[in-house]
Amino acid sequence: MAVAKKIVLKFPKRMVDRPIVYRLVKDYDLEFNILKASITPEQEGLLVLELKGNQQEYDKGIEFLLKAGVQIQALSQDVTRNEERCTHCGACVTVCPTGAFKLDQKTRMVIFENEKCIACGLCIPACPPRAMEVHF
Amino acid sequence: MAKTIAEINEKIKAGKAVVFNAEDIIEVVREKGVKKAAQEVDVVTTGTFGIMCSSGAYFNTGHTSPRIKFGGGRAYLNDVPAYTGLAAVDLFLGANALPDDDPRNRVHPGEFNYGGGHVIEELAAGKDVRLEATAYGTDCYPRKKLETWINIKDLNQATLFNIRNAYQNYNVAVNTSDKTIYTYMGVLKPKLGNANYSSAGQISPLFNDPYYKCIGIGTRIFLGGGTGFVVWQGTQFNPNVPRTEKGIPKEGAGTLAVIGDLKQMSPKWLVGTSVLGYGCSLTVGIGVPIPILDEEILQYTIVTDADIVAPVIDYADAFPHLKPDTLGEVSYAELKSGKIKIKGKDVPTASRSSYPKALEIANILKGWIETGKFLLTEPVEKLPGVESGVSIKALKERPIEDQT
Repeated sequence: MAVAKKIVLKFPKRMVDRPIVYRLVKDYDLEFNILKASITPEQEGLLVLELKGNQQEYDKGIEFLLKAGVQIQALSQDVTRNEERCTHCGACVTVCPTGAFKLDQKTRMVIFENEKCIACGLCIPACPPRAMEVHF
Repeated sequence: MAKTIAEINEKIKAGKAVVFNAEDIIEVVREKGVKKAAQEVDVVTTGTFGIMCSSGAYFNTGHTSPRIKFGGGRAYLNDVPAYTGLAAVDLFLGANALPDDDPRNRVHPGEFNYGGGHVIEELAAGKDVRLEATAYGTDCYPRKKLETWINIKDLNQATLFNIRNAYQNYNVAVNTSDKTIYTYMGVLKPKLGNANYSSAGQISPLFNDPYYKCIGIGTRIFLGGGTGFVVWQGTQFNPNVPRTEKGIPKEGAGTLAVIGDLKQMSPKWLVGTSVLGYGCSLTVGIGVPIPILDEEILQYTIVTDADIVAPVIDYADAFPHLKPDTLGEVSYAELKSGKIKIKGKDVPTASRSSYPKALEIANILKGWIETGKFLLTEPVEKLPGVESGVSIKALKERPIEDQT
């Protein structure tokens, strides 16, 4: 069974020079799409990946990452909407490159489908009341 | 038979007024017809919740001992400069004001995370705000420096006073250039990548009273979660623009100047706003009741999004250079469908103004009227109508000659 998930990987300092993604491809035959990558001044690494492959191999790949000391989190936990601040204006709708915001045609409320979110961050400063938050 | 505002108020006091929001009234009239509905319905409530830049508030902080005179000095609220060209302890804070050390657009586009609008929101929320002031000192006001926390509950007056709100129609903003631009109408992607509009359309106050027959000076309104009043025409009031057959302005036209006690307002309906690459502002909630005095007034309130059109303006060229060019006009029904056609291209649309919150405001106001908490007022003076000949002009620059 095939699986495709968006995950956030956090690498400790000692690991940033290791070819982790290469191993995912080579050993577990996983297809990857890098959505975001950065290394902080303290040399911790952050990688947002869309990972596709066979469910069994995917699970093994994740186990490999965890054993290697990588912290893993689902992407959907990282970009959230502050429901109290959101005014449902809709300014985010055309800013989002993946269409993660859509209008409910009946209520005109903005629906945030965070499974479509790739954590690019474009909505964060474009939101007038600053209701979108990113927690990496 | 025509009704009067006094008669409607009697029904409101008796808890018997029949009230619909400006969305539901469309269906009511479709079912009952204008004649019957005009007899039965007393009030239609409208609403709007959008970024309204010409907003602000004034305060009287109370005197200190020894006394200080802010006038002619400087004053800051949470580092945001307030206007001090007034008497001793009066201040005016505009929604667009920015801290002196805000980087603005030095790295473009600037984020504008905190400004006057945010201070107003925090005051309305009952949060403490830091006041810092310096003055030059006089015999009667000797103090030169003040640093203190203030809270809205301790201020003598905290009054929201917005000189231009509730625009009757607005541009649809697009970008025909080949780079992204950051405007007060939002992020506009290159080559007609998106189109942003900003009106609640069919439920927006001035679309439901296009010739200002009911809304005038002294009209009591929902303002920022409390009550307020229309006090004057808003700045840039411009009734003489092209109109549709039904009288709806086809571009920005009327505006309202509004006032109300900030102490009874809520941060839910006054939201500090950051516009990427543009500046800070305030999102303001306004709801206006329309008394259904006769069939003609009712007719205006059944306006639908399909009846209202707005001009498509290029914010990369026509807008910044004050050129009259438009890229055509589109209806709010088209805008709300999610895409419009410009120059043969499908362009996705987004709103800057919140329809669901505007509707919530209209419903809150409806509730206030139905339960007798909110009475209608008779305007003491009309806003300038089409017949006034009022129109706005661009600034004619006159070079200042060298005097040396």
